[in-house]
Amino acid sequence: MLDLTPKTLADRKALRINPCKTCQPVGALYAALGVHRCMPHSHGSQGCVSYHRTFLTRHFKEPAIAASSSFTEGASVFGGGANLRAAVKNIFDVYDPDIIAVHTTCLSETIGDDLNAYILEMDIPDDKLVVHANTPSYVGSHVTGYANMVAGFIRYLADPRAPKGDRIAVFPGFVNPGDIRELKHLLARMGKDFIMFPDQCGVMDAPMKGVYEMYPDGGTPIDDVRALGGCRHVYALGHAASEEPADVLDKKCRVPNTVLPLPVGVAATDAFVMAVAAGGAVPEDIEDERGRLLDLMLDVNPHLHERKLAIFGDPDTVAGLTAFALELGMHPKFVITGTPGEAFVHRTEDILAGYGVGDCTVKAASDLFELHQMVKNHPVDLLVGSSYGKQIAKAEDIPFVRLGFPILDRYAHSYMPMVGYRGAMRIVELLAGAIMDRYDRDCADEDLEAVM
Amino acid sequence: MDVKTEILGKYNAKVFKSRRDHILQVEAGEDGKVQEIAANTRAIPGIMTNRGCCYAGCKGVVVGPIRDAVTITHGPIGCGFYSWGTRRNKARAGEDGKNFIQYCFSTDMQESDIVFGGDKKLRQAIKEAVDIFHPKAIFICSTCPVGLIGDDIHAVAAEAEKTYGILCQAFSCEGYKGVSQSGGHHIANNGLMKRVIGSSDQAPAGKHSLNLLGEYNIGGDGWEVERLLAAIGYEVVSVFTGNGSVADIARSHKADLNLVQCHRSINYVAEMMKAAYGTSWLKVNFIGIESVCQSLRDIAAFFDDPEIARRTEEVIAAELADVAPEMERLKERLSGKTAALFVGGSRSHHYQFLLRDLGVTTVLAGYEFAHRDDYEGREVIPDIKEDADSKNIETLEIVQDPKRYRVFLSPERYEELRRTMELERYSGMIRDMPDGSYVVDDLNHFETEMFAKALKPDIFFSGIKDKYVLQKGGTLSRQLHSYDYSGPYAGFRGAVIFGRDLVMGCYAPAWSMVIPPWKAAPSSNQQPPDEKGRNEGTAGGPSDA
Repeated sequence: MLDLTPKTLADRKALRINPCKTCQPVGALYAALGVHRCMPHSHGSQGCVSYHRTFLTRHFKEPAIAASSSFTEGASVFGGGANLRAAVKNIFDVYDPDIIAVHTTCLSETIGDDLNAYILEMDIPDDKLVVHANTPSYVGSHVTGYANMVAGFIRYLADPRAPKGDRIAVFPGFVNPGDIRELKHLLARMGKDFIMFPDQCGVMDAPMKGVYEMYPDGGTPIDDVRALGGCRHVYALGHAASEEPADVLDKKCRVPNTVLPLPVGVAATDAFVMAVAAGGAVPEDIEDERGRLLDLMLDVNPHLHERKLAIFGDPDTVAGLTAFALELGMHPKFVITGTPGEAFVHRTEDILAGYGVGDCTVKAASDLFELHQMVKNHPVDLLVGSSYGKQIAKAEDIPFVRLGFPILDRYAHSYMPMVGYRGAMRIVELLAGAIMDRYDRDCADEDLEAVM
Repeated sequence: MDVKTEILGKYNAKVFKSRRDHILQVEAGEDGKVQEIAANTRAIPGIMTNRGCCYAGCKGVVVGPIRDAVTITHGPIGCGFYSWGTRRNKARAGEDGKNFIQYCFSTDMQESDIVFGGDKKLRQAIKEAVDIFHPKAIFICSTCPVGLIGDDIHAVAAEAEKTYGILCQAFSCEGYKGVSQSGGHHIANNGLMKRVIGSSDQAPAGKHSLNLLGEYNIGGDGWEVERLLAAIGYEVVSVFTGNGSVADIARSHKADLNLVQCHRSINYVAEMMKAAYGTSWLKVNFIGIESVCQSLRDIAAFFDDPEIARRTEEVIAAELADVAPEMERLKERLSGKTAALFVGGSRSHHYQFLLRDLGVTTVLAGYEFAHRDDYEGREVIPDIKEDADSKNIETLEIVQDPKRYRVFLSPERYEELRRTMELERYSGMIRDMPDGSYVVDDLNHFETEMFAKALKPDIFFSGIKDKYVLQKGGTLSRQLHSYDYSGPYAGFRGAVIFGRDLVMGCYAPAWSMVIPPWKAAPSSNQQPPDEKGRNEGTAGGPSDA
């Protein structure tokens, strides 16, 4: 496996090998699936949306709907306005969504299609909406695409005149429905009236009932997106995914925000809980959840202590997992993301410094080829990341835990949380399980223990 | 109201006009005349098609599986990423140890590359690929913005070829070209024909040699077919392109016969090799027991060698003896079921034979990106009107290679064989479909739902994008692009694996539990799953009848 990857680190300026990111539009599509009765729409050639739908379906094992402007060579020369107009009419006629969320592609961005103007001039039925976000594939990554689409909804819909109330809003970040359910659980236990936006629960984990529904029960209602403008406060989780939309909401509707790391592990979940409690009491049952997690962390400590690990994936997820690994007494050696942006590096290095770890390589805009080369030179005990890590894990025979996005080769992950105290317990089970299974596999017969 | 009328009735005038001629119900015509269907036309904006793009057809389908070349996607990161390790075109390194299938190479273009041009970055990327991997060939596949900003990838390739002394071929397969993946197949075929095929004259070692065209080794299909061909005594010179190699494709013109499995994606190479080198091609189908037997016998007839004929019958007999008992058992479980097939550009035809072997009737079939000849047979090609989109894809002018041109069959034998087998002809899918069944080109999301409701097929073979749409609606859906991570499905053994997968899907215990007992009708409430694995009264699940 990956036999052609040399151990000697290669200096590369141009060639990306085995990427650890993908393009903006797929993130925009995923964000749009978190709005109720929304049809995501890709303004580009139909190949883009075909790949994106395929990719999301493979991760979630759920239908991921989206339409395309289906550019041909003519549209690429003369502009995609006519294609978008035809698409919007056809989508409302045939699929009848309440809202269409258009995102751009490298194709439509390169030719300079002006989506603002197209949408302004378009015939849109009275009770229907069309919004858009600019997501050129040559900027950022799928995570920025997600952030841009969330911000796009806010630009179009959040209502500055919405009545101010006591409601809070939570931007969950680029996470699975299982994570969003966990966040909702915490918020509900704390008795908060909240808007979760976007919210893919019910859409990307729709139950099997024997009937296909194009717009299942789920997704943030459009009225709630409007009502964001009246929220008392926004808790934006994950800097890469949620900071931009929170800023946009602040600028447009003067809703103050707190940007928090994705609540992965103890400290980050504590921070989320305390921020949301806003000085009020934290309910006892949440404290008990936390207590059970701490109990588990102490129980499992001998098996994870000082274990070296490499973590890769999206910036917010990777930062969260790094922090939690440190809390577990583990030793992160390599932490990389493919998404460009040095802010991730600084934040992660701060977390590491807090635990006195100075020998961990942290990189943004990296790729899995580079990670593999580094791991070849400095072996680790555990690899954590998306499905594509399985190649490195097999090549170097490293125990491997799948966490993050995309996971294309396993089932049930999207239902399960990574965030919150209970999500952290699941992470512990995965990490310790992988390491202990490896011990059992490799140890001498006389060392195989019934009790560990 | 029939389902076609019902579907078209829901469309606005423009969509109605665009879709009307892409849907037909099969009626046996007089004198074997086949109904005409519209195909290979533009997708309709906003209508959720399953189609991909030109890049997907070129890089994803044809060029990508070649194992010993570094294929660099020139563009932003997405396209290269999505086509990395997701198609199940299996490959093993050859003697040179080169297998790049596990790798994704991209120039990961950034905004500055779009503004100032990406050729500098491409040049540097090639240099890095050469320095790190020392490949003997580099392919470059371009994505949408590359064509728009006018990067001259062909000049970069020519320059790299001089600098590094290796084959470097660029494919201008921008996603917006053509109307589907199909344009990309053609561009890939042209590139291979121009630069790779005929570039080595190393002769086959065996007496009877052939190439396997349009076989992408999904789930290991190509290996299973090669096993059969080797057992009979053929030398497979090259495979286009599953587990294929530049080294083998370079000398493919030395083979005596081209076997064409996927007609749509590779018929251009077959025709061009015929014109340039005189190589005959034969349409084969290695999917389905009867079809494999027929194809093997056709190949033997082509070579007209008693030893080969004897070996062919021996291999068929031995393979049949191996699989017949289990095929019989599988057929018992599946007989009477109905199927819909919607795949790319040949499988919807091929799998009808295998389904027939298992007692399953096809009620609907169609292609994502086929042309009229895939439906109606190649004889309609002269009647297909060129439109602006197809004109944008280059058609190569092929001249006969004076040194290498050779004809295997005598003119008399050629004419004789053309009457009995699909030698340099293809009769298309519609002829093999039952009366009353439906043929739909570029079936879309809405039509999938409507047809599933109207025809209630027990099994819907399609791709990942609509798999869960169908499953949620209670229809078993099996991916026929990726075989749902199973396979091989080709050959005799593959037929058994396919049959087992269908039985597994049809009789999954979960189907019978979809409706909670507190909502089920009282009569079926307490009933355990019957022998066939499902309760009456459940919504969903393939029906037994």
